[in-house]
Amino acid sequence: MAGYRIERSTRESRWFAGFLVLVLAALATLPYWGGPGDMRLVSEMAYYLALAQLWNLLAGYAGLVSVGQQAFVGLGAYFMFYLASELGIHPLLALALAGPFAAVISLPMALAVFRLRGAYLAVGTWVFAETFELGVSLIQPLGAGSGMSLTPAIMRQIAETRDGRDLVLYWVSLLIVTVILALVYWLLRSRHGLALTAIRDSEAASESLGVDTFRTKLMIYVVTAACTGVVGAFIFLEKLRLSPESGFSVNDWTVVVIFMVVIGGIGTLEGPIIGMLVYFGLREFLADYGTWYLILLGVTAVVIMLKAQDGLWGLVAKRFNLHLFSVRRHLAR
Amino acid sequence: MVEWLNILVQGAMLGGLYALFAVGLSLSFGIMRLVNIAHGDLIVLSAYFALMAVNASNLPALTTLVVIVPVMFGLGYVLQRFLLNLTLSGGLLPPLLVTFGISVITENALLQAFGPDIQRLHAGAIETASVSFGPLAVGVYPMLVFATAVLALAALQVVFYRTALGRAFRATSDDADTAEMMGVDNRHLYAVAMAIAMIFTALAGVLMAIRTTFDPASGPTRLIFAFEAVIIGGLGSLWGTLLGGMVLGIAQAVGAALSPTWQILAGHLAFLLILMVRPSGFFPRTRD
Amino acid sequence: MSLLQTRGLRAFYGDFQALFDIDVTVEEGETVAIIGANGAGKTTFLRSVAGALACGAAMVEFDGRAIGALTAHEIVRLGIAMVPEGRRLFPSLTVEENLLLGAYCGRAGAWTLARVYELFPMLEERRTLPATLLSGGQQQMAAIGRALMSNPRLLLCDELSLGLAPVVIRDIYARLGAITAEGTTLLIVEQDINRALDASARFYCFQEGRVALTAACRGFDRDAITSAYFGL
Repeated sequence: MAGYRIERSTRESRWFAGFLVLVLAALATLPYWGGPGDMRLVSEMAYYLALAQLWNLLAGYAGLVSVGQQAFVGLGAYFMFYLASELGIHPLLALALAGPFAAVISLPMALAVFRLRGAYLAVGTWVFAETFELGVSLIQPLGAGSGMSLTPAIMRQIAETRDGRDLVLYWVSLLIVTVILALVYWLLRSRHGLALTAIRDSEAASESLGVDTFRTKLMIYVVTAACTGVVGAFIFLEKLRLSPESGFSVNDWTVVVIFMVVIGGIGTLEGPIIGMLVYFGLREFLADYGTWYLILLGVTAVVIMLKAQDGLWGLVAKRFNLHLFSVRRHLAR
Repeated sequence: MVEWLNILVQGAMLGGLYALFAVGLSLSFGIMRLVNIAHGDLIVLSAYFALMAVNASNLPALTTLVVIVPVMFGLGYVLQRFLLNLTLSGGLLPPLLVTFGISVITENALLQAFGPDIQRLHAGAIETASVSFGPLAVGVYPMLVFATAVLALAALQVVFYRTALGRAFRATSDDADTAEMMGVDNRHLYAVAMAIAMIFTALAGVLMAIRTTFDPASGPTRLIFAFEAVIIGGLGSLWGTLLGGMVLGIAQAVGAALSPTWQILAGHLAFLLILMVRPSGFFPRTRD
Repeated sequence: MSLLQTRGLRAFYGDFQALFDIDVTVEEGETVAIIGANGAGKTTFLRSVAGALACGAAMVEFDGRAIGALTAHEIVRLGIAMVPEGRRLFPSLTVEENLLLGAYCGRAGAWTLARVYELFPMLEERRTLPATLLSGGQQQMAAIGRALMSNPRLLLCDELSLGLAPVVIRDIYARLGAITAEGTTLLIVEQDINRALDASARFYCFQEGRVALTAACRGFDRDAITSAYFGL
């Protein structure tokens, strides 16, 4: 094997990394050259991308198909609202604390839910989310069925002016998605990433090679929960208003996310990006058509799953042998 | 005391309905290893079909079953044969995500066709009639639903254990490859299994629609009830599904005594408790 | 015209080629053995003939008809039945139900439930037991009986002796005579060379997916077989 070494990056991935830095710089300066609605839109794209990458990490890499991640969106949001409203904690600090909170809640959930396999695990996570939604709607200090709001006084802690707040929140959204993308990327590059790919391919084989599948899956589940909690807290920090139905909405936080990942390409880092762009593109053109739009999404997802299981990115990657994120290892001279 | 006995009986009767919800799910998992995420939405679809039939013909709601059951039977066969069969060889994700997609499509198609209004089917006097057993007053309609569930399960039992088709089902569930080598056409058999599952789905949908309200978004909750009944009773056990339904129904009846929110929550909590304590349910049987 | 004829049969598991241009002929009424070491491709060959493994349509001909592309259940209907390696009885079914399932394809003929019980009386004694509670030898008999219930013209037997004691193997092979007496053609795959050669008229020796040797069994030099078996 003389003359070969193991390389992580390819020529394309190095170009892409540079491209990403440029994009991030452009987006960071958006407030100075973009329109008023642009920041809101990019923010939304950012948090959906974050949710999609997290769901992809869970389902596409760890093989844990969860239809209940909305539990952490709601839990993170409620925790942040409670801390900010009732305990007077600074909203951005409360947002950060939502992460550990979601992580703590996810531990017992994982122990229960890991007793199930495959699709049963999926529905099990859903039951948990429903349980949290119902439970929260019974708790008076959390606003019960009608929910909670963030007062202007609380929001002024972030910045004095409306514009200032929009600016700060916008940059926070970029920060969140960058950190989460970096975290997922780092995880996949590490030996955990190798373990995950092995588990995804064959859990039994991985176990026999000494991979602690339970601990790896648990770690991923908890990390994803924590990040989802932070994203959830952010989403509702922007919306200012939270209710059990909106916080734990399966349609908003799971259905759309799953579609993004499936259509873009499950099990790759590039896939969720493509999926997110496709979703928002479609939404721009079809927003007026309401339910037809969701039907179209559903049909697309079904077709992709039957015909092109690796999604749109999978089609491209296979055709051109393209990998933009350098998570894999290959031999080079 | 009588109060609690009433709740117990009501919950047990409700269990019959939940058993009907669950059997379809249980069948398709037992034979095809397929969990149909769209299951709840198909129950709701049956209810809407019945609504259409009632509006078009002025037939009494229960009579529409004569039409709805064959329609759903056919739909189940076609769905499995030409769509779901394609997902069975691809691993875990395709069946899950395809049925998930079907769920979303069905919900939104119903929303598009019927709007978000809450619907209800009516069966006349039988809805409120009740019979007294000493101090207990038991609704006639819930007893009817329970009896239907028991009869349907018994019929399924006969099919499974006394017919060639049933033998083929059990053999395919054990070892689909070898069954094929004995002359069983898997693709056709799976489609028949789904068609039979849909008979129960149709029954469940129509019977449910007379008892409670429904709307396009009701599907997921039915799926969750079905799923909870299956897990509580034990994967792969027919009569376990009835027991699971009854346990769920009783838990919900106890919760309902407190508030409507507590009704569903109590069911979830009972399920989660049993999941923690006995994850394979009361009568586990299916080898995985 | 031969009952079974394979021409240039190639079989793959994904990208891996397991069989290379296999030409095998089996005449009606014959008993032919396929011997070879583990991984030689014997089971793959049987599975290709039985339709469990896909191959080119013309690669397998049964009674003059190209069956290579047919599915397993269609092939059973035509008259080829398999006794799978490892028996593979259905655990959820009783002995009798296993046998009845063998008749699922509905081919009429001499082999009825009564006739199978006549051949294997110990199965009748245990007919209501779950099939997997039987001993290894009894399970093998049940698997053979199950295949017979489809009244096949060609019976494929994959490793009948696997995991069985010599006295049990002798018992099973002794009954094969009753099967061939009905005119059934047998294709036997075995690792136990002597057993296979004693029971058959001709043999094929497979080695790494190819036919290394084929001849009549009677009087053939065992040393030559050993060389072919191990690829020496």
